[in-house]
Formats: sequence, C-alpha cells, structure tokens
Amino acid sequence: MEFQHVNVKLFVKNAEKIDLEALVPVFHGWIQNQGHDELLLDIADYNHVPSGPGVVLIGHLGNYSLDEAGGRLGVRYNRKAPLQGNNFDRLAQATQAALAAFQRLEAEPALAGKIQFNGHELEVFINDRLLAPNTEETRATADSDLRTFFSTLFGESDYTVEYAQDPRSLFSIRVKSAQAFDITSLLDNLKSLEPASH
Amino acid sequence: MKASNTLWKERLAGHLPEELAHEVDVYETELGLRKQGKFDERLIAETRLRRGVYGQRYDNGQRHDGKKVQEFAYPSGRLTKGPHTLWDAPGMQRIKIPAGGLNAAQLETLAELAEEYSDDIAHITTRQDVQLHYVHIDDTPTVMRRLAAAKITTREACGNTVRNVTACPFAGICQDEVFDVTPYARALSRFLLGHPDCQSFGRKFKPSFSGCVQHACGLANMHDLGLVGLTRIEKGEEVRGFAVYVGGGLGTVPYQAKMFDPFLPAEELGPLAQSIARVFARLGEKKNRNRARLKFLVHDLGIDKFKELVWEERKTLPPDTKWADYLNAAFASTEEPLHAAGDAPSSASEDFQKWFKTNVRPQRQEGYSTITVTLPLGDITAAQLRSLADIVRRFTRETIRTTVEQNFVIRWVSNRHLVEIHEALKAVDLGQPGAGTIVDIVSCPGTDTCKLGISSSRGLAAELRTRLTEQTIAMDAAVQNLHIKISGCFNSCGQHHVADLGFYGVSRKFSGYAVPHFQVVLGGEWDNNAGSYGLPVLAVPSKNIPRVVTRLTERYVSHRHSGESFQSFIKRIGKVEIKTLLEDLTRLPADGTDRSFFSDWGDPREYSLGDLGVGECAGEVVSAIEFDLAAAEREVFEAQLNLEKGNFEQSARTSYLAMVRAARALVKLELQDVSDDPEQVLHEFTTRFYDTQKFFDPFAGGKFAQYYFAAHAAASKPATADSARYQIDEAQLFIDAAHSCYNRFGAVTVA
Repeated sequence: MEFQHVNVKLFVKNAEKIDLEALVPVFHGWIQNQGHDELLLDIADYNHVPSGPGVVLIGHLGNYSLDEAGGRLGVRYNRKAPLQGNNFDRLAQATQAALAAFQRLEAEPALAGKIQFNGHELEVFINDRLLAPNTEETRATADSDLRTFFSTLFGESDYTVEYAQDPRSLFSIRVKSAQAFDITSLLDNLKSLEPASH
Repeated sequence: MKASNTLWKERLAGHLPEELAHEVDVYETELGLRKQGKFDERLIAETRLRRGVYGQRYDNGQRHDGKKVQEFAYPSGRLTKGPHTLWDAPGMQRIKIPAGGLNAAQLETLAELAEEYSDDIAHITTRQDVQLHYVHIDDTPTVMRRLAAAKITTREACGNTVRNVTACPFAGICQDEVFDVTPYARALSRFLLGHPDCQSFGRKFKPSFSGCVQHACGLANMHDLGLVGLTRIEKGEEVRGFAVYVGGGLGTVPYQAKMFDPFLPAEELGPLAQSIARVFARLGEKKNRNRARLKFLVHDLGIDKFKELVWEERKTLPPDTKWADYLNAAFASTEEPLHAAGDAPSSASEDFQKWFKTNVRPQRQEGYSTITVTLPLGDITAAQLRSLADIVRRFTRETIRTTVEQNFVIRWVSNRHLVEIHEALKAVDLGQPGAGTIVDIVSCPGTDTCKLGISSSRGLAAELRTRLTEQTIAMDAAVQNLHIKISGCFNSCGQHHVADLGFYGVSRKFSGYAVPHFQVVLGGEWDNNAGSYGLPVLAVPSKNIPRVVTRLTERYVSHRHSGESFQSFIKRIGKVEIKTLLEDLTRLPADGTDRSFFSDWGDPREYSLGDLGVGECAGEVVSAIEFDLAAAEREVFEAQLNLEKGNFEQSARTSYLAMVRAARALVKLELQDVSDDPEQVLHEFTTRFYDTQKFFDPFAGGKFAQYYFAAHAAASKPATADSARYQIDEAQLFIDAAHSCYNRFGAVTVA
C-alpha cells in the first residue's frame, strides 16, 4: 500500500482563545517572505464556516491551515503533490512540515503565543480514497508502517491509536501519546530520518 | 497532480455513460497534446472552459503580496493552459446541476472531490451550480470521471454554450405555482446539452424556469431564456405552456427580458429553444464579445423582428423526437415522500421556533414541508455534505436541491420530523436560521478567487453577515426580510441589480493610493422573477459599507409608510435624499491616517500598492482629474433623476455628457488644453487612450470605451426609457473604467 497525499493535523490547546482572523495577516506574511521549502500562493479564509477548514494557506505542493474540521482546532498540512520514497518518508515529510509550521506559529509575535501544541495528539489522513480507502483491509495493511513511524516520532512513550470508522471518510488515524512533547522534541525525533525527496 | 489519476481511469472504465467517458478521454488527450506543444493555447482554453474548468485569480503567475509583485516559479514553467494562464496555477471546476437537483450519492461524490482535489469546500453558486476551487488542471479529467460515475457532467458549464438550466427549487411543492416545471427543466437541459445548434454562440446562453410570475425563484426576467409556467383552457381541457421571455441578463448593463410569447404550448418548448439557438448562433455578435449576449441581438433587432426570425426558423426545423423523448423520461422520474405526512410540533424550543420561522416552508402537499439549509456565503464542507447525504436519506427519498441564493432545500420532510431534522442539521452546524433574510447574503467569489474581482465581495459579505446576525433579534421585521447581494466587480455574478441593497466593487484613488470601494445599487426588485433592476447611487469605500447598510435600514424603519416595500421607499424618497444621507461616507478621513481604508475586508494587504503615486506635480494633476471624474459622476446622478421624472431625452443627454467629461479628464493627462467640444474630446480620447489601449481593462479590453462611442453616435437620436436607462449604467461603468485607467496612469507617471 502506497501512502500519498499525507495530511497531518497537530491539535492546539486552549482553542477557544484563538481568533482565526489573526492568522490571515500571518499567512500573508509567509507568502511575502516565501520562507518555506514550498511555493506559497494564496489564502482561503473560511472562518465563516463552522467546523470548516479555517484559514488555509494555499501552496503548490501542499496547503497549510489552522483547521477546525471535526470541531477541533489544529495546524494541518495537506500534501498535494505526489512524493517519492517509501511510506515512512512520506509520513515523515508531512509530519515535519506540520511541525515546522506549528513551530513557526508558536513563535509568531502577532499571535502572542496563543497557538500552542497540546503536546499529545495528532491525526494523520491519507487524502486519496483510491490508494487508501477507509476499510478494515487498509487498516490492517497500513498498521505496521504507521506504528513504525509513530514509534520513531514518540520514542519511548506509549501511545494509543484510533482509526476513523466511517467508510466514506478519508483513511485516518488519531494518535495520542502518553508523554507530553513539545514541537522541538518531535522534530528532533524525526531529524535522524532520511529526508524524502520532493 | 494526484498520484492516483491513472488508476481512477482504469477503475472507472466501463462504469461511465459511454458518451461522458468519451468526452473526458478526448479532453484528457487534448491536455496531453497541449503539454507537448501540439495544441494551441486558445483552443485549450476554450476546450477546458466548455468543460467547466476555469482560471482563477493570479493564474498568470503573478500576485501582489502587499509589498511587491511576486512571480511564481511553477514546476511546469511557462507552459500555459490558455492565454496568460499558467498550467500549474490553481483553477476552478464548475459543476452543472440541472434544476439544482441532487441525490445523496451525488452529495457524497461532491464531498470526496472537495476533499481530495480542492480545499475541503464546495461552493454553491447563484445559478445552482457547484464550484470547487484551487484544483490543478492535471486532476480535472479524474474529477470529471468521478462525477460522470455519479451521473453528473461538467460539460458546457462555461464557455460560449448553454449554461446550467436553472429552476425554482420549490417547483412541485410550492403553494402558488401553476404546475411543476422540474421535468421541463430537466428535459430542456438534456435536449440542449451538446446540441449541434448550440455550439457556435458568440457568448453564453442561460435558461431558467419558474412556476409562477410573482416570486423570485426562477428569475425569468434576467435570463437569456426565461420560462414561466402557465395553463389555459382549450376545448374544455387544461393545457400546459410557458410565458416565454428572451434577452434578459445582468452583466455590466442589465437588460430586462422581453416577452416573446405569452403562451407557448409545452410540447413546443424544445423546438422553440432550438430555433432561438439557431438564430442566436447565426446572427449574434461573434467578434465583439462585449455585445455578443442574446440581449444585444434582441435589443438591436427589436423583439418583433427577433420573433419573426425565430418563428421562420421554427418552420425549417427537421422532425426530431428527442424533445418528446427527454420529456417523457423526465416525467417518468417523480418525487415521493419517504415518510407519512404529519403535524408540525405544537410546542418546541425557542431555537427551533426561530429556525422554523425562516427556514421551513409548508408544501402544498399537506403534512409536508421543504426546509432550507442555510450556507454561509454558499460554502459547505466535505464532512457536512456527507452528513447532509445521511440526513436526506433518513428523512426523504433524497430530494434535495441547490438554490440561486446559494443554499440547499430539502423537500418532502414530514412535518412530524421537523424537530428531528433540525436537531440533525444543528449537530453538523447546518441548522442556522435566517434563510431568505438580510443575513442570508449572496456574494460572488470576488477578489478571493476570481480574476475579475475588484473588491472583496466575500470579505464584505462575511463582515455584514457577522454584524447583522448580532443585530437580528432587535431588528425590525421589515428590515429582516431585505436582500443583500454583492458582486466583486461590474459583472453582476452576485446579482446586485436585483437586491434591495446591492453592491459591486470599484476602486477609487485617495492621496495617490487606490482604495477599495463598492458602488451602492438601490431600487432593485427580487420578487416578480427579478422584476426590476436597481441603479448605482454612489461609490463608498469598502470599510464604510456596513455604515451604509445601517443608515439605509434605519431610515427605512423610521420613515417608511405602513406596508411600504424597501424598493417603493427608495423610489419615494428619491436619490437626492439618499445621496445626502450617505454622502459623508464617500469620503476618507482627510489626513489619511486611518490605514484600514486602504485594505479590503478580510485581506490585510495594502490594496493595489502598485498604484502608489507620489510627487507634487502628479498630485496637482491628480486633483484636477479627480475633480472632473467626480463631476462626471454627479452628472450620471442627474441623469438618474431625469430618468425618474420621465425626462428620457434629458437623461440620455446628461449621461452622455458625463462620459464626455470623464473622457476629457483622461485626455487632460496628456493634453491640458483640450477643449470641451465633444468631437475633439472623442478624437483625442480615441487616439490617445483607445487606439493605444491605455484605457483597456485587463480583462474587459475596450468594452467601456465602446459605451462612450455608442453614446456619442446616438447623441442626436431620440431616447426611450430603456435606452436612457441602459446609458446610465454604461456611463457609470465608463467613469469607473476612467478611474481605473487614471489609477494605472498615475502608477506609470510615478515610475
């Protein structure tokens, strides 16, 4: 099974204190500076849509967003372009991108430290129903690759996983570590990995 | 772009209707040829447009980021998918939904596509279509195949074709309709789709159906072909037919449709539409797209001559059973309830009552209701679409439609399930009240994604929606039922002409900086199938528009007569009073220190910073030019007053002179001593600004100058109510374009 178009969402804490509108000028600043590895193009503001995609920074290879889907706020990376390498590489690329974006938002002066990682939780989606339909078979096949990756990400910490059950949904897994991590630690845990080629 | 694109083709092989499968295969081949440089870029543009694949803002590879213009270095480099349209730039996919009708499986397909290829949002348009944004062109064949598997086509969703056939979403259940127009709308959609007689138009062609005269749902008066269901008794039998209207349309200058036939028997509808298509294809303008809509042909020929030509064409049509076949097929599919009829709850929560009041409409079938699912700015998430599929399966036989007010309606809900369905909708954030009220604001995409957007229509809509929602509890009932419609530019995709409060985006210059504005359009009528069109009153900075809404609604509440509609109120108090009421809002703080005016709603970038002008010499010229342009706008206003008084000749004369004044203002940028002789102004404007294309809008080209030329040519001819009215709109657009030209000229001067 090939994972492509991996999405990673890292959940924030104190979501109720965050005003999504504040993200709009921040993302405009990111486009101005193009300080990412990826080409950043535009902003789609869906703050008016409850439990929606929030504020989306549209990129060519992938999108970044402060996403409210499922009623929970998180920083999400959506890899749009196919990526070479193996599943581990692709999971790592998307997770690193989401972590790096989160770290940048945590440090963003305009947001005054309001956006903080909750330390425990992330969700991984495979945004391609043909490659990864949300079935029991996919879960069985993918489980090994996913656990290998999460073990690397969380090191010695225990973690629990929960798969989305609606067969119409994207294949997705929510992971919660027993130990709390900060963004830097998680990035460090992934640093030893071979970077995936774009 | 998607890794699975080739796999989808294999997976769906044999599962698509043959015709649609072939259509997508051809399209995919043409994309491939274009990539190899073997297909002309203009051809590929028309090819994709005819399949609903649009360009999107910034698709020329450039974007002003608020500080500078950025050039995007896409992997495909300068490969284009049309003139000035880069291959890799995200685009929009429009999906036709005939009569707005969908089923649960189709909702789920749309959800999948929004999630996998777009940004998780499906957008409902003002013509009952669905749009997905930020789609890569390489993914579009797969999107089309997956839609085709769900029996949806994107064919002719754009381009110079027959666009989506719209219909009243309450057809079949409405208390007031004459009969259910749905089967006729579906049959006509099928009949005209890909029809050989509909492939050579100079511009698009939009049909619409309504089941009654008095309501707005079908908007017959603003369509190329508007059809209103009627019956009459012939030999003791009730016979169905349609009042046929032709040549309506909004666009830059709106035209009311003309009555073509007060009663056309229903069996003649297909052949008549075909005959109209043939005449339009044969005689409609082809070279000048700005005068290529059917409305211009009808206007130029006159309705009587147009009718004569169409009836002659009708006689020549070869026998064809397809219309009857499609009609029979459409009648074979009927809607039925899933559950037995019931009674509405006698008591329920306040929350429910509020929703019930605005979002529940009793059907003519006793014990059933149609409910409106209000979508903020027409947007719905993929997860909500799936939940909606569950809800329509649970409560109905999947009877759901899109509306031209960018919502959904769920039909055939048993009244005994109203509380349950409200709870189900609320659970997925789709249970908001306010359908059809002042908070249910219609907006085109505007500067968010549209290449033509001038001001942020969605940003303004979101802001007004937030503010008005907070006020609705205390709001007077007469205000609650007003309609607000917003377009990002003069092209009217937000249907601002038929709103109580309409707005369209323009720009103005202040202290050398461009400032986003909206023209305030008042006097439009939504009811009676868009019975009349509003006219622009004055341009106000975007950031002052909420205050415009407050002032106008407060004045309406305090000064209206008993039972007086907003439209009648506006007409009674007159434009002079309205202008006096709003005039101070047209001005910016004199010191320019409030920088918020220089950015648009929802977009913190400095608005059009490239238009920055500095320097004292330029400043002096600026003052003179702006003074003249302001005077020209005043003259257009005077023309409106003359029109209101029935002084058509004077109105036409004044609006023409307003154009002359605006043209002269521009000429003075290069020739200070230009006289005020109209002939000299015309000559100097033509040679200095038209022939050189300095005046040309990046997308509309020289269209607005042609309004001026036409007014000059008609200056000595008698004016009618229609011609005087059209010329007012044209004069305002010409002046708006003069402002834009002046803004560009200023930038050039400074550089």
